[in-house]
Amino acid sequence: MPEKSMRDAINECLHQEMERDENVIVLGEDVAGGMGSPGGPEAIGGVFSLTAGLFTKYGEQRVIDTPISESAIVGAAAGAALAGLRPVAEIMFTDFMGLCLDPVYNQGAKFKYMFGGKAKTPMVIRTTMGAGMSAAAQHSQTNYAWLTSIPGVKCAVPSNAYDAKGLLTSAIRGEDPVMYFEHKMLYMAACEVPDESYTVPFGKGNLTREGSDVTIVAFARMVHLANEAADELVAEGISCEVIDPRTTSPLDEELILESVQQTGRLVVVDESNPRCSMASDIAGIVASQAFDYLDAPIKLVTPPHTPIPFAPNLEYAYLPSKDRIKQEVQQVMEAL
Amino acid sequence: MQLSRDELLRAYRQMKIIREFEERLHIEIGRGEIPGFTHLYSGQEACAVGVCENLEIDDKMVSTHRGHGHCIAKGCDVKGMMKEIYGKDGGLCNGKGGSMHIADLDQGMLGANGIVGGGPPLAVGAAIAERNRGTGRVAVSFGGDGSINQGTVFEAMNLAVVLKAPVIFVIENNHYSEHTHYSYAVGSGDIVGRTKAFGMPVFEADGSDFFAVYDAMKEAVDRGRAGEGPSALYLPIVRFYGHVEGDPQNYRGPDETKKNRETMDCLPKFRQRVTEAALLTNEDLDKIDEEVLALIDEAVAEASAAPLPPMEMLYTDVYNEY
Repeated sequence: MPEKSMRDAINECLHQEMERDENVIVLGEDVAGGMGSPGGPEAIGGVFSLTAGLFTKYGEQRVIDTPISESAIVGAAAGAALAGLRPVAEIMFTDFMGLCLDPVYNQGAKFKYMFGGKAKTPMVIRTTMGAGMSAAAQHSQTNYAWLTSIPGVKCAVPSNAYDAKGLLTSAIRGEDPVMYFEHKMLYMAACEVPDESYTVPFGKGNLTREGSDVTIVAFARMVHLANEAADELVAEGISCEVIDPRTTSPLDEELILESVQQTGRLVVVDESNPRCSMASDIAGIVASQAFDYLDAPIKLVTPPHTPIPFAPNLEYAYLPSKDRIKQEVQQVMEAL
Repeated sequence: MQLSRDELLRAYRQMKIIREFEERLHIEIGRGEIPGFTHLYSGQEACAVGVCENLEIDDKMVSTHRGHGHCIAKGCDVKGMMKEIYGKDGGLCNGKGGSMHIADLDQGMLGANGIVGGGPPLAVGAAIAERNRGTGRVAVSFGGDGSINQGTVFEAMNLAVVLKAPVIFVIENNHYSEHTHYSYAVGSGDIVGRTKAFGMPVFEADGSDFFAVYDAMKEAVDRGRAGEGPSALYLPIVRFYGHVEGDPQNYRGPDETKKNRETMDCLPKFRQRVTEAALLTNEDLDKIDEEVLALIDEAVAEASAAPLPPMEMLYTDVYNEY
């Protein structure tokens, strides 16, 4: 099977879904790039090249380069979905969701419910998240927790190229609004990805590593750090089970609870700020539903309650690290 | 513009249904029969009907928090709407939306909207869908002097012009955004100039004159269907009630509403026009008045008697699959 980067896997998915269904459209800022310019159109195919080749192949009616108007992009996506299309909107950085929260959380998420079940809003909002390249406080955040809290929206946080393609395919073919978060530090991470289309279901977590002593739940880029920490902890005789939920809404609570029931210990690794986070959410779920199985306090590995700093040394200190994960695991092992 | 007898009768009936629907709601709300926030459309009927009589069932429309008139004009079932506003089982949205969230996708009505400025971007999206399918259909976005200060509206107008999307932005200036006069809230005071600046034509009409609204809308719709891009309609008008039921309206001048009802009422204006031109008779219109009153009586009686939504409705229709 060929190895592909997450970027190429997502791009391949967009090509295949646009080919498969003429109702699929892509819209966003610079998804073609260069419109109205001597070097355009299709000068760049997205700022991270995720939409490369789509404009040339599918044309300006289906690959819509928009002005810098996030509210209009997501609002138009919601309206187009209500009218029968399957829009895939791109919000260049998830930090910009502050400019377009209303069309997600008051509009698209609620149409089906408010309208008594008669509406479908099959829209996908693809967006880039994550720190690690000194993009500072307004281009580095991971805000999936507050979008996860919205009833009516699904959220995907793929950690690898295989899941990225399969989850995006599920999202585009599904009937519900989806927030799809791409970690910018994982775009070049490669793994085996089939050439043909396939789906990865929402709500099914991935047990990336079996173990008996500690359950580590981690999201997106943190899955890789968790597995690296688990590798090194073997030498200390500590056996970690690592769970990648893959989607935060729906969340595979069953997989997490079953694992904690066996290991009796839980460490959650989340790149988001600690308050009202996926880390605190999962801690709450486990504390309220599996308290009797716990042999140690739940540990959360998160950034501090601060914005994301620019200076590389500060950003490094902000982010959860392999060493911090190891320390927390060691602590829960000592708690006995 | 030459409307047939049947078209004129229909237009009057639609305006009269909206008026009596709202006047009756005002009474029933006063009796404590209806939960929630209700924003009445009385006084603005010629805007909704003048616009929607130019539309086909498959044309799309998005509305506002003051949406009952738009919904009726677009073809939503009056009895289903009344049940919805009462929060009852069998309401158009099963009692889960209420006054501010009435929708009927089968009628091309993509929803009233509780967020001022929430609708116009949706209309652009619906227009993209129609454009891509080559249907010649249009998407209409209702809004007012309040929404004309929202960034979402500016973004939607610009995007529609950039994409040449067949959207018609209908701006009903009822003079008050909630409780604040537009002369304060619209910086330049010039809603038409502001809208034209986005690069689309603005067709103006007296919002209390059905015929003027109808003609203005026809120009906009023709442009949209011909693929010439978006337009706007500017309709100065008054509302006969407050922003929301319960509004003390102490921001109004003395006798303001009384004067408005005397000079800006679309129904007697329509009646005078069609009877003087001998297009319809007073008897024709009186008959409609009676029928409409009976319809509203029935709608209220049925809504009042309808059962509450079953408890399981709390949990249904969040997702298609979860």
